[in-house]
Amino acid sequence: MRGRAWIAVPVACCAALTGCGNSPWPAGSEKTNVIRTAMIENTPRHLDPTASYWSNDTLVTYQVYEPLYGYHYLKRPFELVPKTAAEVVKPIYLDRNGKPLPEDAPAEQVAESVYDVPIRKGILFQPHPAFAKNAQGEYEYHHMKSGELGERRTPMQFKDTGTRELVAEDFVYAIKRHATTRITTPIFGIFSEYVLGLKDYGELIKAEDAKLRAGLDPATQDRPFLDFRRWPLAGATAPESHLLRIRIHGKYPQWKYWMQMTFLAPLPWEADAFYAQPGMAERGIVLDNWPVGTGPYMVTEFRKDRRIVMQRNPNYRGVPYPCDGMPDDTGQGLLADCGKPTPFIDTIIATVEREGTPQRNKFRDGYYDLEVFERTDTGNSYLVEAKDSDDVRADYLKKGFDFPQSADVNSYIIGFNMLDPVIGTGDTPAQQQRNRKLRQAISIAIDWDEYSKIFPKKAGQTAMSPLPPGIPGSREGTPAGINPVTHSVVNGKYARRPIEDARKLMAEAGYPNGRDAKTGRPLVIGYDYYAVPSPERRPEIDWVVRQFAKIDIQLEVRATDNNQFQDKVRKGKHQVFWLGWNADYPDAENFMFLLYGPNSKSVSDGENTSNYQSAEYDKLFAQLKSLDDGPAKQEVIDRMVRIVQQDAPWSFGFFPYASAAVQSWIHNSKPAILIRDHGRYLRLDTAQRAAKLGLWNKPLWWPLILAGAIVVAGVLVARQSLRRRERMNARGEMVQGQ
Amino acid sequence: MISYIIRRSLYGVLILIGVNLATFFLFFTVNTPDDMARMNIGGKRVTQDLIENWKVERGYDKPLYWNAGGQGAKKLTDTIFWERSASLFTLNFGRADSESAGDIGHEVSGRMLVSIQLALPIFLLQVIASTAFALLLVMFRNTRLDLAGVVLCVLMLSISSLFYIIVGQYFFSRVLKLVPISGYAAGFDAVRFLILPVALSALARLGTEARLYRAMFLEEVGKDYVRTARAKGLSERVVMFRHVLRNALIPIITSAGGYLPYVFLGSLVFESFFGIPGLGAYVIEAISKQDFAVVRTMVFVGSLLAITSYILIDIAYTWADPRVRLN
Repeated sequence: MRGRAWIAVPVACCAALTGCGNSPWPAGSEKTNVIRTAMIENTPRHLDPTASYWSNDTLVTYQVYEPLYGYHYLKRPFELVPKTAAEVVKPIYLDRNGKPLPEDAPAEQVAESVYDVPIRKGILFQPHPAFAKNAQGEYEYHHMKSGELGERRTPMQFKDTGTRELVAEDFVYAIKRHATTRITTPIFGIFSEYVLGLKDYGELIKAEDAKLRAGLDPATQDRPFLDFRRWPLAGATAPESHLLRIRIHGKYPQWKYWMQMTFLAPLPWEADAFYAQPGMAERGIVLDNWPVGTGPYMVTEFRKDRRIVMQRNPNYRGVPYPCDGMPDDTGQGLLADCGKPTPFIDTIIATVEREGTPQRNKFRDGYYDLEVFERTDTGNSYLVEAKDSDDVRADYLKKGFDFPQSADVNSYIIGFNMLDPVIGTGDTPAQQQRNRKLRQAISIAIDWDEYSKIFPKKAGQTAMSPLPPGIPGSREGTPAGINPVTHSVVNGKYARRPIEDARKLMAEAGYPNGRDAKTGRPLVIGYDYYAVPSPERRPEIDWVVRQFAKIDIQLEVRATDNNQFQDKVRKGKHQVFWLGWNADYPDAENFMFLLYGPNSKSVSDGENTSNYQSAEYDKLFAQLKSLDDGPAKQEVIDRMVRIVQQDAPWSFGFFPYASAAVQSWIHNSKPAILIRDHGRYLRLDTAQRAAKLGLWNKPLWWPLILAGAIVVAGVLVARQSLRRRERMNARGEMVQGQ
Repeated sequence: MISYIIRRSLYGVLILIGVNLATFFLFFTVNTPDDMARMNIGGKRVTQDLIENWKVERGYDKPLYWNAGGQGAKKLTDTIFWERSASLFTLNFGRADSESAGDIGHEVSGRMLVSIQLALPIFLLQVIASTAFALLLVMFRNTRLDLAGVVLCVLMLSISSLFYIIVGQYFFSRVLKLVPISGYAAGFDAVRFLILPVALSALARLGTEARLYRAMFLEEVGKDYVRTARAKGLSERVVMFRHVLRNALIPIITSAGGYLPYVFLGSLVFESFFGIPGLGAYVIEAISKQDFAVVRTMVFVGSLLAITSYILIDIAYTWADPRVRLN
């Protein structure tokens, strides 16, 4: 018996294998109200709402935190609706003397905008040990001594939890927290420009924090609680328990959009106090891993670079599903759940996938319900595959892979560094004119329609301006939106200008046939690419080279890693570059600021990577910032667009199509890059999923059994042969009697 | 033998210091602390203030090797190199640069168990399968089976391990639907996820190892003691397993022993492709995030394991061949 013990191992392996097939999830999980999705490469970087600014973070942050506003889930263009706020408020404008001004007061008269936001009553935070109190009403886990933490490594391991009602002070605390020096605060710069007193508050906090940390190693993970309640901030106050007052310098209509981002999500001071205790950070018990919010979900498992589990927040109030939307929504079943309390899903499990192939295969086999929760571009590759092959199309149709495409509010461009002497603005008026013509010629030569045909998985709508369709003020897709520099009307249709036009402009720019008219030298321009040219990227880089070659420009590819690229950009040593932009909010300002002079990347470390400078454009941008949507703003936008179309600091690339890969058993999916809190609206048909998974994934054992039989037969033959050889004598004769 | 082990251990410390210095030098030749900060903060609206804060928080605001502004010993000790190196040698690995909190030591110990789950079966299966296959070929030496086996070995070693992974995943998971394509689960359920990478990894190295072992066995088979054993009337099986295998052990130990550190460190490629959260995947993640704290820790742990493995191999020689003396 003991001698046969080794057999137990393969037998156990076979037993483990036979039951489950290729499902990566526990048996029976397909029948539970749990959705599964992939995280690309890593877990989110920051779950602390003050620090979180990565798209990947939104998988968690927008399900756990609830800012003041959100976007209506179904309506387009995007419309703000209240979330933790009781209503979407209009600001009160005050003049220099603090006197109220009418709503349509000119921006130059407005010294201050006051947002008095009523907060909904009865909203509770998720259960969390930070709120737990003992019988005496004292916080149970706020004064833990060193070593008291024991073996705990998550807040879920604390015995007691508590909650409390959301109040306006939680928003005040969250705004003040942007002044912290302890974590990355990407938005402090912009907030401190607008929120009254925040810049000075930052200095105050720096000084107070230095006092608190006097004598401590700056790199220590254990830092005393920095209690922002101790220091008031003029720009953020709570006059009443459920009334938040935010005071903004001047007029800044875009502020309402910041109020729907998690930078302005409420944060309970108790969470900071809890996580600041000794030993917590070393064990990863920090807000950056374990968020505390009022949203429909709460994080119950956080395994760095492995998986995150979010479960339904038992204290969530069940906000009803919307009952109005777009005309097509009823037909698509998007209004079937009207008025029902959300969320519908009990648990969201996100698993890290480092490689694309297993991720896509798991989705194809039905093991991911949404391929990547927060991504809106995952469906494109399936659509392309379906177009390429009849078999694949049939298979995908059978599986219900139908992912509608739409344009989204992000963009990709090829930009020119305007500080560069060859392709940039130029010094003298004559030089400026020549360089402008060179950029215009290149803009004609780069055929973005061709790009979308060659790289259909990354395809999009060819751009005529910096403003994507769907943004108020954008004229994309209309006759008025055409870029006259690159396109013309031919037989009633818009077409890219012929390459001869570009050649003509090249000649006027002083580069006939791609050679300098004075020196005869060929025109060589550097393409500063932001990544190492991997085999996947090489075709795209080559395509760009070919576009320049159409007008005889030699494009020298200078591909580096992103750090080196950023370094070149900071020093202004780049020439031509590729750039993408994901909008923060659906306002023209969030796109136009990418060309605003004072935002120059090489001069003032802003987001204007082209270093474009135009006095007229900058003046108009200053107006745009403070205008409400309407005819006046449209006029300003039109003028700004005309300027940049003529100056051509970018070859306006394309607005990529959005198409999210979502299984047919997931209902209410309406992907949009700006709507990140869609977890609460999704509904799952578990019966359909279980049936389809069974159908799609029937194990096939016979080839393995056949292979095993062949191996066993081979071993037996070899054994037999060996025995025969051992019974032979040196002459090869069989010896009997052995 | 003890004095030998002590001497080798002391050499090991010197090697560790050298490896640490080389890692530090190479990493900071290609990256600056500013690059690391920019990479880790990432995204939009990254300002120099944010970068400076990030560096101060993690101690990267100091000079790399020499602090000219420091007093006395502080010139040397108040530097990034000294602080990072001193903590490594006390096995205090600190936190990852890419995270706002945490403990690398905890992560390493947790992931090492996962790597062992993958790499130990690979190691054992590889040694057993390669030895068995090589012995089979030697038993049938100078036959068509031997020739076919050698050709097969050459074919197998000519194919990249990525090919085995891609074909294996496609065939066993997508076509036969027998095992998950990637992923991991704790406990006994791990078998479902590990069986394919273990089998494919062993298969990927079978050609190389079996061919090497075959050559070693063939060399032994021609020696006098084998002829004597046969002349005594011992069966081929006994000759092979009791005599040839024993005498060919030293090169096998050398070859297989070189793989020992990977039993703990895991496999970069297999862990990454199969989504197994071991130390191999940890290294890949750290490199992609330019996380110096994790990279230097893993290089340090890897060197430590390599040094230990080679000492163990030396000791194993004395067991395999009593004529070997460690002095």
